[in-house]
Amino acid sequence: MLKYIGKRLLMMIPVIIGVIFIIFTIMELTPGDPVMMILGEGAPMEAQEALREEMGLNNPFLVRFAQYVIGAFQGDLGTSYTSNLPVFDEIMSRMPYTLSLATFSICVAVIVGLPIGILSAIKQYSLTDNMTLAISLTITSMPAFFLAMLLMMIFCIKLGWLPMMGLSSPKHYILPVIASASSTTAALLRMTRTTMLEVIRQDYIRTAKAKGATPRGVTYGHALRNALLPVVTVIGTNFGFALGGSIVLEQVFTIPGLGQLMINAIRQKDTPIVMGAVMTTAIFASLINLLVDIIYTYIDPRLASQFTSVKRQVKKA
Amino acid sequence: MSTATTPTGSTKSRYNAARKKSQWKTIWIRFKKNKLALAGLAVFLLMAVTVLSADLWLDFESGALTMDLANAYQAPSGAHIFGTDQYGRDYFTRVIYGGRISMFVGIATVAVSLTFGGLIGATAAYYGGKVDDILMRCMDVLMAIPSTLLAITIISALGSSMFNMIVAMGVSQVARMARIVRSAVMGVKGQEYIEACRACGTSDARIILRHIFPNAMGPVLVQVTQTVARSVITVASLSFVGLGVSEPTPEWGSMLSFAKTQMRYYPYLSLFPGFAVVMSVMSLTLAGDGLRDAMDPRLRN
Repeated sequence: MLKYIGKRLLMMIPVIIGVIFIIFTIMELTPGDPVMMILGEGAPMEAQEALREEMGLNNPFLVRFAQYVIGAFQGDLGTSYTSNLPVFDEIMSRMPYTLSLATFSICVAVIVGLPIGILSAIKQYSLTDNMTLAISLTITSMPAFFLAMLLMMIFCIKLGWLPMMGLSSPKHYILPVIASASSTTAALLRMTRTTMLEVIRQDYIRTAKAKGATPRGVTYGHALRNALLPVVTVIGTNFGFALGGSIVLEQVFTIPGLGQLMINAIRQKDTPIVMGAVMTTAIFASLINLLVDIIYTYIDPRLASQFTSVKRQVKKA
Repeated sequence: MSTATTPTGSTKSRYNAARKKSQWKTIWIRFKKNKLALAGLAVFLLMAVTVLSADLWLDFESGALTMDLANAYQAPSGAHIFGTDQYGRDYFTRVIYGGRISMFVGIATVAVSLTFGGLIGATAAYYGGKVDDILMRCMDVLMAIPSTLLAITIISALGSSMFNMIVAMGVSQVARMARIVRSAVMGVKGQEYIEACRACGTSDARIILRHIFPNAMGPVLVQVTQTVARSVITVASLSFVGLGVSEPTPEWGSMLSFAKTQMRYYPYLSLFPGFAVVMSVMSLTLAGDGLRDAMDPRLRN
């Protein structure tokens, strides 16, 4: 098992380098000269040239790329053009907001989506099922920021129950978490329902029922365990989604997270910050996917057995 | 050689054409039975017709662009059924014309991602082995970046304009499309008729274009409807944070971005463009789901 995790971690390195390469290449297309940005128009030529040399902008593309990669693995993502602070520190000071929002919303999605999905599958074509499907369809068709606006209109303006901006108290978390969890919840719910319906028709479920297992036992002991695999995948892919989507949601709720840092950096053409923020998010998304793959092996012992050595299997037997 | 292949090739394609026609017919018959999907398709077509024919019955210049400050913030009424915005422009006209951008960008995004993703996916699946490995690893790297984030990154580098938005969104969907096309082509590739073509000495390009593509189209078409639906949301999101289409061009996302500042006093400004997005995405999703079920009834629950 450890060997498997180690192998997967090693396999992540080329992916991360690839991600850096893509983002580095895209950023290379940005028009404008960073030296001009820092020193302002009309700075003396010598000062411009000196700074350009100092920042290594005269080096060829691949050399700069290699330097950036080496720096990135040491936690050095360059310096912001506008604030002059290390990009790494800037990102780390914003990360808690974005990450906590994404984590909370995934938790809410699992707590709400999974049971409703199961219920929906057990009572297929009932009123509950149809209502659930209709609501989840509406939610997936709605951009998260518009849902956020609707929620604000109802709970902040009309009813005055909840605060509108920031993330300073637990109460502030309610609306952003709902808005960001909604689409994941809907996706999770639909996936749970679909896989549960598939599993329920399997022979071993009929066998379990025939031998007299309680309906509850059949649902949770036999069906759910087998239906969980695709559901876990949805959680993994949606975590990346939630991180990407937070860029927009943070604008709506004025949350000082990674997304807001990035949007401001884009407006001010602060390339190092944009690059650092995208990269950190991409790396987090891949780490979560790795975590999901590891969880897989716990849910489905068949997968784990591929990675344990033959000797140990013999010993166990 | 060529004299030997031509007759076989043409009978084969004639046979294919006949079979395909009936195949699409059965799909349509199954699709028709699904009332929800039919409703989705009808709503989507209605919206498409409304938006595309807008020039015939709405005046873009005077309705959507000319400012009339005396009539700003008029609530919905007989004269302006959606009311007017902060510059006194007719909100209904702006919502309708906003749909053009969403629809155009959505379709253009699919065109870009399908062209490149299709090419990459088909090549990977058809040649297999090393080519497949290299191409798909590259796609994995691209997939590692959440798609909204990738689109935002590209726009931030190129600057915000409609063309750049299409490029950005197209590129961010390439990997997903490549995967779908690859798996669809893989399914067709092993069939006997492809082997028969190869035995006849048909060129690779011809096999891909004439035999594999038409037969692998099903899942790709479903993906296309989903990509258009997702793109409508992404366009709105990008414009909402100021990275897409900007004033004075009417666009749902940028209209919502302003409407948010007036939410307290003029909520109708948010509701109309917002529900326009919801309606178009929902109708497309319903139609797409119906198509998927009609193509492969086994998947249906």
